[in-house]
Amino acid sequence: MSHLPVLIPITLLLSAFLIPLAGYVKRDFAFAIASVGAFLAFAFSLRGLLMVLSQGEIRYHLGGWAPPIGIEYVLDALSAFMAAVVTLIGLVVLIYSRRSVLHEVPQRVVPLYALAMLLLAGLVGIIVTGDLFNLFVFLEISSLSAYALMAIGDDRAPVASFRYLILGSIAGSFYVLGVGFLYFSTGSLNMADVAQRLPALYQSRAVAAAAIFIFIALGLKMALFPLHLWLPDVYTYAPSAVTALIAPIMTKVSAYALIRMLLTVFQPHYLRDMLPVTSVIAWLGAAGILYGSIMAIAQSDFRRMLAYSSVSQIGYIGLGIGLANPLGLIGALLHILNHAFMKACLFLVAGSIRFRTGRWEVSSFAGLGRKMPWTMAAFTVAALSMVGIPPAAGFFSKWYLLLGGIDRGNWFFVATILLSSLLAAVYFFRVLEQVYAGRSEESAFKNVSDPPASMLFPTIILGAGVLVLGLLNSIIVSRILELVVAPLNEPRG
Amino acid sequence: MSALAGNYTYYITAFLLAIGLYGMIGKKNLLKKLIGMNIFQTAIFLFFIHGAVKPGTTVPVLDSRIGMDAAAYINPLPHVLILTAIVVSVATTGVALALLITIYRRYGSLEETTILERMKQSS
Repeated sequence: MSHLPVLIPITLLLSAFLIPLAGYVKRDFAFAIASVGAFLAFAFSLRGLLMVLSQGEIRYHLGGWAPPIGIEYVLDALSAFMAAVVTLIGLVVLIYSRRSVLHEVPQRVVPLYALAMLLLAGLVGIIVTGDLFNLFVFLEISSLSAYALMAIGDDRAPVASFRYLILGSIAGSFYVLGVGFLYFSTGSLNMADVAQRLPALYQSRAVAAAAIFIFIALGLKMALFPLHLWLPDVYTYAPSAVTALIAPIMTKVSAYALIRMLLTVFQPHYLRDMLPVTSVIAWLGAAGILYGSIMAIAQSDFRRMLAYSSVSQIGYIGLGIGLANPLGLIGALLHILNHAFMKACLFLVAGSIRFRTGRWEVSSFAGLGRKMPWTMAAFTVAALSMVGIPPAAGFFSKWYLLLGGIDRGNWFFVATILLSSLLAAVYFFRVLEQVYAGRSEESAFKNVSDPPASMLFPTIILGAGVLVLGLLNSIIVSRILELVVAPLNEPRG
Repeated sequence: MSALAGNYTYYITAFLLAIGLYGMIGKKNLLKKLIGMNIFQTAIFLFFIHGAVKPGTTVPVLDSRIGMDAAAYINPLPHVLILTAIVVSVATTGVALALLITIYRRYGSLEETTILERMKQSS
């Protein structure tokens, strides 16, 4: 039996425990251990993904107890794919973070890295676990470390973090409540086992209640409109490196949990036809796309603009999940991957600008294009991808979502996706115009240049990654994602 | 009436959930929000513990007079789950209190309206 599924979270957990000890001796050890831990976790995830693609899914029974009594960790195409995305983004952002963290919060380097690793461990745990209650524990591990991470920051950060804590606890509690209903209905907590027992209980109102509680909880965690209220403040006031770590992956992992519930626990047929959960998610997603885009246009703070843009992009993912057809779900999964790269790149750029100039008002970026050419080149690629211009990756996920919308015959969704691309063009071109064509008093940016290599390199990797993903998208879709969405093709139930 | 008597814990659970939700959303004081959160979580603990109850059974410790008959013991799993959930709840409360101390040191108040005013003044 392969140990890969458990090795990924264990590596991250272990480094989270080692960092405070080693950091006590010497502060620089914290960064070294975090990078090595994240690298190993990524290597394990990548190996897991390759093994899953060649040999099928890997199941690991924790402590040797066979499910449904024991907890099992599962790497299948979906979870291996997500684990690879999360650990890769985590690794790149951690490499970037060293100089940025030393610059912004020099006294809190050691706790910040310990918490970052704990956050990654929690997120990866959510991905690999095959047990409903274990998912709750990892959800809370990741949330608790996120609250603490976000509170490191400027004066407003603790208030934003506390609000998020209250909403996050509501989400966690709703999730447990939903799991409670499922457990008392089916007598099991193992996802595969619950899935087998559920079809007989589809008429039960307790199961319907469970589905509703779980979906509200995960909607809150992934910041699906109108449950996104916590997100903009939190992204704006946290340290740049923390936002760059949390923004691209944390909401995506909740979206993953939603997909897991849709595909593995409840059958798509139940949530689509018997209880209108998926169409509610799709409509909320569409509303979120428009709301997020319009709010993003209204912002003058670059970080806040990116945060609202996240609300809009999460809307895309919600829309794709809600369509609950193969094309829509491929679009959602591809968008999880693409958006993780794009958003990480954009927040790294925001961090670099703050590192060099201390500014975040878009209007003060005039002329930065000449001073930070490489950073701004990466920004341009990511921005074009957000707008959806081929061959950048963002185009392809929107393309699949469009096809999914057409397949469903819902022209409102199709129009929403097209319209919001235009809106994204408005708010990104406004920044690009300032950066490249804006006139500035030359004295302001006298000593400004691209950030040091340890920050510039990850930014460029992500920027180039956006293009590479765009070119490789057909391989990713045909090799990985079509495996994932296969259950949607055959009607079950 | 018998339906009420048999299910009264569910009504209490729903009542506590409502109180907790009101505390978290309706109250303006951050500490009261936290108390609301604790009430909310306690309601869920109660829900799980009630689910484990089986009338006429005993504690889940192997008894030589009863033997291996699983139906004669209370289901211990919800208790274990809730033990975990209580630990999570304690940790969340701890983090929340730490945040509240930081907020109080910076703004000198835990009233949301006062904090928002002072934020505006400082910016």
